[in-house]
Amino acid sequence: MRVGLFIPCYVDQFYPGVAKASLELLEKYDIEVDYPLSQTCCGQPMANSGYERYGKESAELFLKNFDHFDYIVAPSGSCTLHVKDHVLPKDEKAPQIFELCEFLTDVLKVKDIVSSFPHKVGFHSSCHGLRGLRLAKCSERMDPEFNKPLSLLQKVKDIEMVELDRKDECCGFGGTFAVAEEAVSITMGNDRIADHQKNGVEVLTGADMSCLMHLQGLITRQKSPIKVMHIAEILNGNPVK
Amino acid sequence: MKGHTHAKAAEEFIKDDARTHWHDETLWHVRQKRDLSAQGIPEWETLRDTASATKNYVLSHLGELLEQFEANALANGVEVLWAKDAKEHNDHVYRILQENKVANIVKSKSILTEECGLNHYLEDKGYEVVDTDLGERIIQFAKQAPSHIVLPAIHLKKQDIGEIFHKHIGTQEGASDPKYLTEAARQHLRKKFIEANAAITGVNFGIAETGGFVVCTNEGNADMGTHLADIHIACMGIEKLIPRAADLGVFLRLLARSATGQSITNYSSHFHRPAQGKKMYIILVDNGRTEQLGREDFKNSLKCIRCGACMNTCPIYRRSGGYSYNSTVPGPIGSILSPGKDLKKYSTLPFASTLCGSCSDVCPVKINIHEQLYKWRQVITENTDVDASKKLAMKVAGVTFGKPVLYDLAGKMARTALKITPDSLVYSSINVWGKHRDLPQVPKESFKEWYKKNRKS
Repeated sequence: MRVGLFIPCYVDQFYPGVAKASLELLEKYDIEVDYPLSQTCCGQPMANSGYERYGKESAELFLKNFDHFDYIVAPSGSCTLHVKDHVLPKDEKAPQIFELCEFLTDVLKVKDIVSSFPHKVGFHSSCHGLRGLRLAKCSERMDPEFNKPLSLLQKVKDIEMVELDRKDECCGFGGTFAVAEEAVSITMGNDRIADHQKNGVEVLTGADMSCLMHLQGLITRQKSPIKVMHIAEILNGNPVK
Repeated sequence: MKGHTHAKAAEEFIKDDARTHWHDETLWHVRQKRDLSAQGIPEWETLRDTASATKNYVLSHLGELLEQFEANALANGVEVLWAKDAKEHNDHVYRILQENKVANIVKSKSILTEECGLNHYLEDKGYEVVDTDLGERIIQFAKQAPSHIVLPAIHLKKQDIGEIFHKHIGTQEGASDPKYLTEAARQHLRKKFIEANAAITGVNFGIAETGGFVVCTNEGNADMGTHLADIHIACMGIEKLIPRAADLGVFLRLLARSATGQSITNYSSHFHRPAQGKKMYIILVDNGRTEQLGREDFKNSLKCIRCGACMNTCPIYRRSGGYSYNSTVPGPIGSILSPGKDLKKYSTLPFASTLCGSCSDVCPVKINIHEQLYKWRQVITENTDVDASKKLAMKVAGVTFGKPVLYDLAGKMARTALKITPDSLVYSSINVWGKHRDLPQVPKESFKEWYKKNRKS
């Protein structure tokens, strides 16, 4: 099994700890993980802003970097969805891309997570992972319940998962939306945080660092005691920051 | 960017934080009622699939179904008229009113007549048009447009309504008891119903097989109007067709649950032919619909049955209010319908979304709303002169991300710049991100730099 690790641009530059945790976590399962050094960005920022055409070069570069792998794994639901929908060719020979959690549950089918995290944790269900990749059942659909990231977190020792009032509401990040529609974005983000606060969350986690970056920016500005960690860090056994 | 933008209007709305949160909570409550109601239907997802497939059939056979509908309606004794645009529609209505010497008109809620600007048109000709849906009547008094297609006055609190009623129908000053206000409206409207010579209604579903149509209301106001008046004018968008009467059950089950969480609207009234001595007209309106049908990426938007569920679920709509969209149909569905009518005027609407996809999953006819928003964005940046600075930034980003060396260098420069720039500059007014949010802490090295040292050496 040839696994290529795709680390989204902003994670590479600003959250290397999340990338390290993702790599270390995958390495625990005795698979060979390679990180192609020529990778940059999947092109989503341009595409979602209406400039898919300017993302062509990065899409081509992405394919060049990853076309010889069986699986591509990324610690980001949003970038994974973009690659799946807009970058990878729709043929059987193309590699399959998986968000980190779904790779652990669906491909590696992990039984155990060797880590302990004695904290009250709130899970932010990021939209592109939730409704794009179907990492969990969203509240709008009337299908049987399932939740891949949560099923992994529940395997962590001593963790206490907190139930939120609005379990899958958007945080308001949305890429350039966060800047172009600043007023709505900020209100949505603060509302999300208030839900976690109200329910006694100590650590807010999620499978998408971009949403977490937005929420963390608001949390530190508010001087709220809530900590923000990517799910890979918790699953990898990193201590609370 | 010049003119109206969703972002600017939203910012204005959000300035009143308490009202914004009240608006959000109110609509979220409706969304929760919808969830609860849909949970009671084990075959919910099958119903959605069926409805979507039926509408698919309608859209691919629209011509023949419309002809079938027309033939059956004519055979039933209904006069059928065609309108290619809003003006033709309004002219038809005016001519009917003139021919029948109509003095007083009552109207039940219809987004189509709103879209055509019928009230203003008729008022200019000297008619008084009385909207008989309670919410519609409220905003009509206030000289406002609906801010939501199902809950037209959802932006108003009961205190606001008390004030409006005090001014227009003489209720007690300061009264805000919903029961008292509703009773006052009922008495006021009753008089209007009795006086009316013509009733104008919308159409929820036109049935090709029978030539009949169905109007759904919760207040029974469409029935009241049509039963009392001698003339019934039904205004119908051509996409409102369903093939057979047997298909109706699927849509009626989905519509009310999606809209308000009710299992069915209080009144689902079936109209087939005029009563003896009375007249019935159906105006079939295009007004941009066939043009939208011709757009492969966007034709699915015509499946819409106007339940408003996408508005109730949309986290942006809930916090920015219906007026921020500046279009007859606001919210997610409006943001994919409106650009087809005027790309420039509505160019910011497809960007008023995080592409969270909740609208598509809540939609009873499975319109891929968020995917269409994405597609409109591509069309808009190619065909309108949107923000030049954004275009340049995206172009530069595209080039940078296309070349690993440039990307590594730019990343390093950005991190260094953030580290050495004083906070007063980082958090200046040009950095919109930093107005209410802190920036991430800058790490010593990128992951790539770390990886080269620790794994590849």
